[in-house]
Amino acid sequence: MKILVCISNVPDTTTKVKFTDNNTKLDSTGVQWVINPWDELALTRALELKDNPASGVKGVTVAHVGPASSEPTIRKALAIGADDAIRVNFEPTEAYQVATQLAEVIKNEPFDIILCGIESSDYNGSTVGSMLAEFLNAPSVSAVSGLNVENGEATITRDIDGGKETVSVQKPFVAIVQKGIAKEPRIAAMRGIMQARTKQIKVVEPVGVSPLTELIEFEPPKPRAKCIFVDAENPKQLIELLQNEAKVI
Amino acid sequence: MSVLVFAENWDGNFKKLSFELVSYAAKVAEMTGTTATALSIGQVSDDELKKLGNYGAKKIISLKSDLLKNLDSQAYTAAIAEIAQNEGAKIIVLANNNMGKSIAPRLSVRLKAAIGSGTNKLPQSIDPFVVYRKVYSGNAFAHVKLNSEIKILTLMQNSFDPVETANEASIEEREVSIDGALVKTQVKDVQKQTGKLLLTDAEIVVSGGRGMKSPDNWGPLVELADLLGAATACSRPVSDEGWRPHEEHTGQTGKIVAPNLYIAVGISGATQHLAGVSASKYIVAINSDKDAPIFEAAQYGIVGDAAKILPQLVNAVKEVKAK
Ligand SMILES: Cc1cc2nc3c(=O)[nH]c(=O)nc-3n(C[C@H](O)[C@H](O)[C@H](O)COP(=O)(O)OP(=O)(O)OC[C@H]3O[C@@H](n4cnc5c(N)ncnc54)[C@H](O)[C@@H]3O)c2cc1C
Repeated sequence: MKILVCISNVPDTTTKVKFTDNNTKLDSTGVQWVINPWDELALTRALELKDNPASGVKGVTVAHVGPASSEPTIRKALAIGADDAIRVNFEPTEAYQVATQLAEVIKNEPFDIILCGIESSDYNGSTVGSMLAEFLNAPSVSAVSGLNVENGEATITRDIDGGKETVSVQKPFVAIVQKGIAKEPRIAAMRGIMQARTKQIKVVEPVGVSPLTELIEFEPPKPRAKCIFVDAENPKQLIELLQNEAKVI
Repeated sequence: MSVLVFAENWDGNFKKLSFELVSYAAKVAEMTGTTATALSIGQVSDDELKKLGNYGAKKIISLKSDLLKNLDSQAYTAAIAEIAQNEGAKIIVLANNNMGKSIAPRLSVRLKAAIGSGTNKLPQSIDPFVVYRKVYSGNAFAHVKLNSEIKILTLMQNSFDPVETANEASIEEREVSIDGALVKTQVKDVQKQTGKLLLTDAEIVVSGGRGMKSPDNWGPLVELADLLGAATACSRPVSDEGWRPHEEHTGQTGKIVAPNLYIAVGISGATQHLAGVSASKYIVAINSDKDAPIFEAAQYGIVGDAAKILPQLVNAVKEVKAK
């Protein structure tokens, strides 16, 4: 049984976001690129499952749609412990294109479980995983906060509004994972970093797909009004302001 | 032509979010010179369905098939796509919550419809169709043009005020042609939080961070929340440490909330925390460090010790309430 983890290459979550080219492009000067946090947790969980012989999981592959410049991020996933990687040589502008390319990869090389993060921390679309499942005509489970596999059978915990459900689903399936799927992201050890150098990154050429959406421009957030400070000796004043000025209580 | 809005129910009842969605769809319909049709899936009474009409839906379609009892992403997608096609819907509106996120992208592929996900405003323009959405976890916004004939929008909770209108809506119970073999998700067990205000539904949230110092200090924070009719939340380290339950973790990797008022107590205001709360209408910060970044995001602040300030706020709210 094999797991595919789809990874996105995103600016580190502490990046000061700035734009260039009339606010149509991220200014990538000084940006540190990392594995999208949820994808990193997905990878961690896939490796935990593989570590447990009772799971029946034999291999963990990562897939990424992006140019050669994102290979350091793929290497990092290999160093953390993925067995091998696939990169589709394509620079997507939106999720529909990413899902189209990933679906082609999986049609050519099937996997039993496909993991995607709930969103990428850059575009925040929450769409790739479910789009991919629809392209594959496979079931998808969203908001997954727990995944267990025993003898190849998966049990999934998903969040619903106001609670949790335990579900099972036919394979192959796409699980779209979030907080809870793994505790802490696994960190690459020295040995893993050495091994990653010789692991394979298979590069595949893209299929043609036109985007359905088009970015017109980015807009930096509007600066908030300056904070009004209330004296710590008189917290009551805060309640008055919230009641009479902001009118929120 | 119409705008189709999927109105989810919770044990047969709608809630404010449902009315936000229907009001939003009615407004988008007005902008595009058409009307809004609401779609309900599950066992919902006619009296409850009628409520959707009060927020501007002209027609209400109800699907009660047993095959749609639990969320199966493929079955739901097939059902909604079929209704959308029968109705000739050119715009489909869903909530940007767990349910909406599991269906909208599938619909997008099935109908080759561009998706504007997580929008918090009406479209900026109709021709071209441009939506406004948060990107970079709240550190920026984007204007995105949707280029397909059919368009899908998912709306952030608490971003559009429900508008009641005098309106008579027709209710139609329909069947869809989905087949049992399509349902591949089996629900084995459900655990629901009962009797607690959901964090994502709350209009006021009182949240604590590491500055609360210990899990034993939460009494006055919870009391303040109760008095304000607020939900309680926390920063990630607090839930990681097990001081508070995981459902309360807000931020980029936890829950994304947009209440009218977010009170952050002993929270430093890391970008990852702000990513989950920056859409709040008002942020109040209580922090002993006057240079804490949370004050840059806050409209009101108190520099001081949370342990001293919280009980005084509790008393102040009690006084106000007594009046
Ligand atoms: C990929 C990634 C994702 C993350 N996702 C999230 C997320 O979703 N949510 C999240 O919250 N964090 C997240 N984090 C962690 C985040 O970076 C911060 O570490 C975290 O938000 C800090 O929590 P805190 O404010 O409670 O604690 P601290 O940063 O330790 O701040 C405590 C604050 O309390 C104040 N304080 C101390 N004593 C008192 C007192 N007596 N009275 C009043 N104030 C006092 C201090 O001045 C300080 O500002 C993420 C990090 C990463 C790398």
